[in-house]
Amino acid sequence: MRGARSAKWVVGAAVVALAATACGSGSTDKAGGSDDGIVRAWWGDPQNPLEPANTNEVQGGKVLDMIFMDLKEYDPKTGKANLEAAQSIDTTDQQNFTVKLKPGLKFSDGTPVTAKSFVDAWNYGALLTNKQLNAYFFEDIEGYDKVHPDSGAPTAKTMSGLKVVDSTTFTVKLTQKFSTWPDRLGYKAFAPLPTSFFTDHSGYLDKPVGDGPYKIVSYAKGSSMKLVPNPYYTGPSKPKNKGVLLKVYTDSNTAYADLQAGNLDVLDDIPAEQLTHAKSDLDGRYLNQPAGIVQTVSFPLNQKAWNAPGMDKVRLGLSMAIDRKTITEKIFQGTRTPAGDLTSPVLGAAGGYSATIAGDAVTYDPAKARELIKAGGGIPGGHMTIGYNADSGSHKQWVDAVCNSINNVLGDNKACVGAPTGTFADFRNQITKGEMTNPFRSGWQMDYPLIDDFLTPLYATGGSSNDSHYSNPRFDALIKQANAEPDTAKATRLYQQAEKLLFTDMPVIPLWYQNGEAGWSSRVSNVTENAFSYPVYTDITVNS
Amino acid sequence: MGRYVIRRLLQMVPVFIGTTFLIFVMVYALGDPVAAMFGDKAPDPATAAQIRHAMYLDHPLPAQYVHYMKQIFTGDFGTSASGQPVTELMGTAFPVTIRLTLVAFVIEAVAGVGLGLVAGLRRGRLADSGVLAFTLIVVAVPTFVTGYLLQYFFGVKWHIADPAVAEGAPIGDLIMPGLVLAGVSLAYVARLTRTSVAENSRADYLRTAVAKGLPRRRVVTVHLLRNSLIPVVTFLGTDVGALMGGAVVTERIFNIHGVGYQLYQGILRQNPPTVVGFVTILVIIFLAANLLVDLLYAVLDPRIRYA
Repeated sequence: MRGARSAKWVVGAAVVALAATACGSGSTDKAGGSDDGIVRAWWGDPQNPLEPANTNEVQGGKVLDMIFMDLKEYDPKTGKANLEAAQSIDTTDQQNFTVKLKPGLKFSDGTPVTAKSFVDAWNYGALLTNKQLNAYFFEDIEGYDKVHPDSGAPTAKTMSGLKVVDSTTFTVKLTQKFSTWPDRLGYKAFAPLPTSFFTDHSGYLDKPVGDGPYKIVSYAKGSSMKLVPNPYYTGPSKPKNKGVLLKVYTDSNTAYADLQAGNLDVLDDIPAEQLTHAKSDLDGRYLNQPAGIVQTVSFPLNQKAWNAPGMDKVRLGLSMAIDRKTITEKIFQGTRTPAGDLTSPVLGAAGGYSATIAGDAVTYDPAKARELIKAGGGIPGGHMTIGYNADSGSHKQWVDAVCNSINNVLGDNKACVGAPTGTFADFRNQITKGEMTNPFRSGWQMDYPLIDDFLTPLYATGGSSNDSHYSNPRFDALIKQANAEPDTAKATRLYQQAEKLLFTDMPVIPLWYQNGEAGWSSRVSNVTENAFSYPVYTDITVNS
Repeated sequence: MGRYVIRRLLQMVPVFIGTTFLIFVMVYALGDPVAAMFGDKAPDPATAAQIRHAMYLDHPLPAQYVHYMKQIFTGDFGTSASGQPVTELMGTAFPVTIRLTLVAFVIEAVAGVGLGLVAGLRRGRLADSGVLAFTLIVVAVPTFVTGYLLQYFFGVKWHIADPAVAEGAPIGDLIMPGLVLAGVSLAYVARLTRTSVAENSRADYLRTAVAKGLPRRRVVTVHLLRNSLIPVVTFLGTDVGALMGGAVVTERIFNIHGVGYQLYQGILRQNPPTVVGFVTILVIIFLAANLLVDLLYAVLDPRIRYA
């Protein structure tokens, strides 16, 4: 009977398929119950392997922040860079630095943290053939151009500016004077690496080892990571909980549902759809504060139309035609703060933040805006677009609102429209190639809470992220002068003078600072966020 | 039948090459994967060039495709953006999605055929109209709406089930997502079964069976249902592939780390090896499911022969 014979085949195939899938169903880790003192926190899958010099996004950065202690660390409240792994960082000429480590520091695997741990890690990060995304962080160190040439193969494996003196001391020579350079050392690209990183690299990536407050006990890539306090950690941020379970969610709406159902404790990515009712849903267990992110619209100054004489007036006028206050309230539900400068409130006044430095340039003034745009010769061709990527971050809404604001001021509903690009990668690709002919959205997330980081990479001639192709010799000179100034307060003032130039030249329109948000369950307390808008995990306590 | 199977398998080769090439081209049309790695910052040209070289991106597209296919046949599907081998991702993602698909498939087949049979046997009565109304509603409401509604009411409001599926996706947690995933297809199966049953219940062979004095149970299950299932099985078979593809939405809503999630991540991060690799496997599953359906016809109706 043919039918019966083929039935056997079919049943056989089905059994094989079932057997192949059923064996995977066993392990269900119900870690993080109600009384084990472990904080269950939301996590997104890190984009890159967890290496200090290769992590440039928030989710990987979070983990590095938990497992590493750098020479300096940024205070979660003030953003100030304090010495942590370093005993002292001394210099007499702002160019040669001597770094002394605290004695007796250890990695979470028990091996000692030495001067070599830092020097090896930095050399690894800078070497071109290691393809580290953050390699440019080391570009101020002498010899960087040999290990990371602009083209061709590297001619050296280590940077000549780094020298180990003894087990707890090393020296750094920079290519030029740079007084605030030590304050950069809180960035995780400068973290030390244990010998296991170099001897068993893939093993290290499966379970990274650091010298910070937490150590990783298990890491299931793409789904969860469990961290417990590092027994060898002697720094000031000792964890106040018994550990953190980071859970990867496919969608933050699901995480929000899990938070409400009591299966999740900390969520620092509250979906836009839930913002209107998050405050009442969570009964006050909700936080919303400015983070080190400033959002802007950049002008393509490499295009003649936008860089012609008089266009600075038009650019300024466009800035004044945007009603920032209404847009942040109506579209962002107050999760953005209208910008008063091009830095971020997280720097604090002493660090160079100023709410008034931009002056009228960011004030909504329709009459003056109209006048300025007219005086400068009007928008090139009478029509402009604002480019954005449509795949993430609901940019369409605010771009349309900004255009609307401009159109209302000009009394022409065709003057400005949004111009979506399909994907972020394509959008970035056009920007880096300098193909943009019209203004486009841009944003900057700080690497470290220093005013220098908000200016030099973005507006110095040839800066690494100078998307608007801005160039002003006076700006460059002021930055150089500030870098060489040993007195931090004076240096900050020089940076601010440089920043002021940006509000007359207007290479970008400052829009708003992005806020960090978090919601938490009634099971935990003391949830705060640092300047990078990561939750301060070490401070979170579990209610008993 | 052996020759038939071999011929079908050979037919799969051009389909396989065609689909993978199309997907390969489409993923590359999305933009530069290296630029995406650097976030909002401009890539350092030297580092970007190194990464491009390592990812074989500095060759023309057809050469990249040939290189990729060569790798695939040695079992190397490349690495994901986070540095994991894609085969490892597949090893964790496919069992989860296949489990979800099976749960959905069982719900779809049992509930769909059951409802259809009831409606078909009681044409024009209350049960029939009830099934009609139910299927209309299910087809009209998009999957993500049903998903979020069930999640909110069962998970958050009434605490009957967890709103998110636990790590490792145990079968018990998959029932709610399975229901959501099966929803629309279930309605189609019910409608299809109803029509087929309604038509066959007037057939001569059925009248003969009743006249012979066979018990009603036997008449319905063996004579009526078996013959009515042929169009339903066709639909169910092709639907296996659709269910696995449709899992993208359901998996996202219920936090299931399966194929849909990995595909979504792959697209978001512009990682061609992940996207092309997963879709390649999905294509193979789709082709295999179709073959299985064609073979199943013979079980239902021995008169169908393969040539």
